[in-house]
Amino acid sequence: MANLLWLQSGGCGGCSMSLLGAEGPDLISTLEAAGIELLWHPSLSEQTGIEVRQLLQQIIDGELELDLLCIEGSLMRGPGGTGRFHLFGGTGIPMIDWVSKLAEKARYTLAIGSCAAYGGITSAGDNHADATGLQFEGELRGGLLGSEYRSMGALPVVNVSGCPVHPNWVTETLIELALGEGAVERLDTLGRPRLYADQLVHHGCTRNEYYEYKASAEQLGQQGCMMEHLGCLGTQAHGDCNTRPWNGEGSCTRGGYACINCTAPEFEEPRHAFMETPKIAGIPVGLPTDMPKAWFVALASLSKAATPERLKENARSEQLIYPPTLHKRKN
Amino acid sequence: MSRIVVGPFNRVEGDLDITLDSMDGQVTGARVNATLYRGFERILVGKPALDALVYTPRICGICSVSQSVAAALALADSQGLQPTRNGELCRNLILANESLTDLLTHFYLFFMPDFARDIYVREPWFDAVVSRFKAVSGEATREVLPARAEFLHLMGLLAGKWPHTLSIQPGGTTRPVQRQERLRLVAILGAFRRFLERVTFGDDLERIAAIHTPEQLRCWQREKPWHSGDLRTFLYLSQQLDLGTLGRATDRFISFGNYALQGEQAVPRGLWTPDSGLQALDPGRIVEDVSHAWMEQAPPLHPARGETEPVADKEGAYSWCKAPRLDGQVVETGALARALVAGDPLLTRLVIEQGGSVHTRMLARLLELARTLPKLQQWALQIEPGEPFCHHPQRLQDGEGVGLMEAARGSLGHWISVQRGKISHYQIIAPTTWNFSPRDASGQPGALEQALVGAPIRQGETDPVAVQHIVRSFDPCMVCTVH
Repeated sequence: MANLLWLQSGGCGGCSMSLLGAEGPDLISTLEAAGIELLWHPSLSEQTGIEVRQLLQQIIDGELELDLLCIEGSLMRGPGGTGRFHLFGGTGIPMIDWVSKLAEKARYTLAIGSCAAYGGITSAGDNHADATGLQFEGELRGGLLGSEYRSMGALPVVNVSGCPVHPNWVTETLIELALGEGAVERLDTLGRPRLYADQLVHHGCTRNEYYEYKASAEQLGQQGCMMEHLGCLGTQAHGDCNTRPWNGEGSCTRGGYACINCTAPEFEEPRHAFMETPKIAGIPVGLPTDMPKAWFVALASLSKAATPERLKENARSEQLIYPPTLHKRKN
Repeated sequence: MSRIVVGPFNRVEGDLDITLDSMDGQVTGARVNATLYRGFERILVGKPALDALVYTPRICGICSVSQSVAAALALADSQGLQPTRNGELCRNLILANESLTDLLTHFYLFFMPDFARDIYVREPWFDAVVSRFKAVSGEATREVLPARAEFLHLMGLLAGKWPHTLSIQPGGTTRPVQRQERLRLVAILGAFRRFLERVTFGDDLERIAAIHTPEQLRCWQREKPWHSGDLRTFLYLSQQLDLGTLGRATDRFISFGNYALQGEQAVPRGLWTPDSGLQALDPGRIVEDVSHAWMEQAPPLHPARGETEPVADKEGAYSWCKAPRLDGQVVETGALARALVAGDPLLTRLVIEQGGSVHTRMLARLLELARTLPKLQQWALQIEPGEPFCHHPQRLQDGEGVGLMEAARGSLGHWISVQRGKISHYQIIAPTTWNFSPRDASGQPGALEQALVGAPIRQGETDPVAVQHIVRSFDPCMVCTVH
């Protein structure tokens, strides 16, 4: 058995909402089957007020061992380092203080979502609220707990990033840790579980045929590839969004809009409009990470020259104009 | 007089604490504190205008699509852009999918588990309610979560994912629906309807929708035992615990109207009071007062001119939440307000007789669930595959825009100014900003603060159960409240 405590701070609660949508099996069955007991979750548990305050104090006092500490939302250090932008309800104590103390006791500490992992949306703009992640501030190590932090189970913070997270990224990470299979080498350099971060959003994208021929959509909702004009970062973004559907059917690119690389630190500040691809001399900046640029440009112009009419026209249309033609059998 | 601080509240979205004054076992005063400040209105300034569609949904994970819709409406208004008919149909479907999911989640996961608390152990109904509604372990949770997840497949299809989609745009939606996908929508909606009829209502939705008087409701209730269907269980518990007399607030109700289609709103806009009935709502008469908020002191301002300057130390302030007022008055918003503005005969009579209450707020939510689902089924059938789904703005014009709509929890407004393609000003008033506002300069308490006065506190209670019921009857979303 492992127990789990979930706290929310400077975020939107969307990762919890996403998690409630876990399917095959549902969340409650998943936790039961994994032997995970919910000590407290703000959306699900009965205990309120003093019962919660006592529970947290028991953990801090070492009377109750804590296996899995899940933090959702950015950690609010402002204003002026006081943490007053979030005093945990009923306690008058900054949430950052609660989290720091609990993290000392936890066997594993998990950042749920990009806010808790890296600061996320809440740290956008001039970050006047001084929001940070647990062990990263954007791309820099540090954050609330510091780069040297290790949980009792000798792991750094496990960054289940995403905005929001896919429910199964959370459930599978929890199962992995509950099975005792957590290990540093199962995390990537940004602390993300490799079980989902070893794939690219590009993998399994339904627009791949358009990508191959650089047949590009010019407006959202059109069928073509969204990399050239519409800001899509699927070829660089880590996540299995297109091989593991969202809400049974979808993904961002399937929904007709670009991937904004929400599993990455600093995705919230792309320094250009999210749905526009910045270009230099007509060539998109930010090409696939592990491909030599000259080769990409050469291949792109070659494939553009070879684009079938069917793809060129369909790419710029909301509707299918030309279905694939039948292959004629030679007699 | 004694004073206690209650919190953290759970089974609300976000964090909340409330300071209660009491005497002789009754609440005599309440101060509601929204404890988290993030500062979206400042984050948005200077961003490319259409990026509001990336940032604003992330104000809230439970009202994410509502924030998208309000932003899209405000952007469309600033650009003079009309969405396509298909785009409006899909937008309504996506929005209603979120709202109905919220109504369901609130009833089963947030509200009902309080009746399974040990404080009710001596009640004759306790064991049955525990086995059905106990938090986490009750059978209802097990039944509802899979049905909820399947219903949200509509999001997978039309919005890519939930929460935080970018499919809702000022000119329509980005997900053209193919012929077979339209049929898939019909199947998803049909299955969720069967769930509601079998589990939540224990009857056909048309029969529920046709209940127009308190007498008809009582007759319907008596047809079967109280534990037959969850609506009957709620009605029974509500009578046993007299929830109709608990949690009366201001009895001034607003709705911004919702589900626009070709210039008509399926849910009307207006202000309703028991004395004067339905009146026009003038959004120009809205201001936000910051006298008791941790915000730089300023006169009450219309949101098109509003400011967000947080200050942690300020005499008399006790919340990060500003206090919105309509014509200087406190108002309540939510499903009950929508029903009253729409002229629902059952709820109108109940509120005229007893005022807004825990009972009427909850009943309004359940009835809205029953009455809205058939609309979704119609919208799905009206989609015309092959026709356009999205108009795109040519070039962004300078301008101001406002987006007013109804989230599950009530009236949501976004006010935007666009200059040279960028956001120069952005203000948001969320439903719970209205309902959970602090006092204003004239000392008027917010709607929840009023609703809590008179709530009973039992001997020795640290987190009074009546307070829990009243707070959750508003279905607060605290992350939206301050944003």
